[in-house]
Amino acid sequence: MFYILCPYCGEHREEEEFHPKGQAHIARPADPENTSDDEWGDYLFFRDNPRGVHHELWVHAVGCRKFFNITRHTVSYEILEVYKMGEQPSITAESLASAEKSQGVQVGDGGQQTVGASDSAAKDSRGTKV
Amino acid sequence: MSNAQQFDTRPQGEIPVESPLAYSMQRSGAPKAKAGTKVTMRERPFLGQLTLRGGAIVLDEALREVVGLGLPGEPLGLVQDQAGERSIQWISPDEWLLIVPGGEEFDIERRLREALGDAHFAISNVGGGQTVLELEGEAASEVLKKSVAYDVHPRHFSVGKGVTTVFAKATVILRRPSEERWELVVRRSFADYTYRWLLDAGEEFDIAVEN
Ligand SMILES: [Zn+2]
Repeated sequence: MFYILCPYCGEHREEEEFHPKGQAHIARPADPENTSDDEWGDYLFFRDNPRGVHHELWVHAVGCRKFFNITRHTVSYEILEVYKMGEQPSITAESLASAEKSQGVQVGDGGQQTVGASDSAAKDSRGTKV
Repeated sequence: MSNAQQFDTRPQGEIPVESPLAYSMQRSGAPKAKAGTKVTMRERPFLGQLTLRGGAIVLDEALREVVGLGLPGEPLGLVQDQAGERSIQWISPDEWLLIVPGGEEFDIERRLREALGDAHFAISNVGGGQTVLELEGEAASEVLKKSVAYDVHPRHFSVGKGVTTVFAKATVILRRPSEERWELVVRRSFADYTYRWLLDAGEEFDIAVEN
């Protein structure tokens, strides 16, 4: 079970009270008349399925009934942050990767973490020359 | 003054009124208090219940003027008047539940609409759709622990707090107006289920029903 912080209620609640609603930050095309079929299809049907950091829309269905966003790691299921509607995430795949890099934790090609590997050691192990 | 149409939902004259639990109490029984009774349940039917939606500042002002109560300042807050007869509870950032003695709600709604004028708001009379159950006694929180996943330990659930949460397989608005008393606002259609669940959960504490 997740224990999820609702940013509106201001406290952690059981996962049972929430519903996931898919990928967050999907904006409806501003000008539907001049949107190509491809763009419209992308908007309607295509969603990201990342291995790692994902921004998701959730609703506190049995509670305050408000929608909000969760940044979640799809491998560890760890909830990295929650934030209200209209706000932007402070943790992204990029920010996490650079933070880990500066802590000496290298994110490898497959999204696997190589703990303790320095920048150059990781590159050497992949056989790349700088 | 808003131009919303309003009507008094209370029947006039000789039309009989029955609480959502009238049938349940007959069919499932209403156990009397025994020597070992540690929890008492009672229904408080026919209360006036209004859902207020809109901006906190305008609603707070109108409510102070009409009912003499201010909105709770924090999420999950529950505020009552001195007598404990009128209460206002935070439900969501733009939604509050006002409970008043039965019969007052029609007039309060009209005066709130007057006070709110052209502000952006909505008031719904929800009294016909839900009822209030009370649990009182030393085992009241024990009965709740068997029914909700929410943490009802006094350290976490202090007096003056209220939450909407999962109760068994239904939902309730659970609130704590005083040290020894808990209130459950339940939907009319779930009232029988909730009542029978509480009878079952309270059996080991010799639950009594007062009505
Ligand atoms: Zn919430």
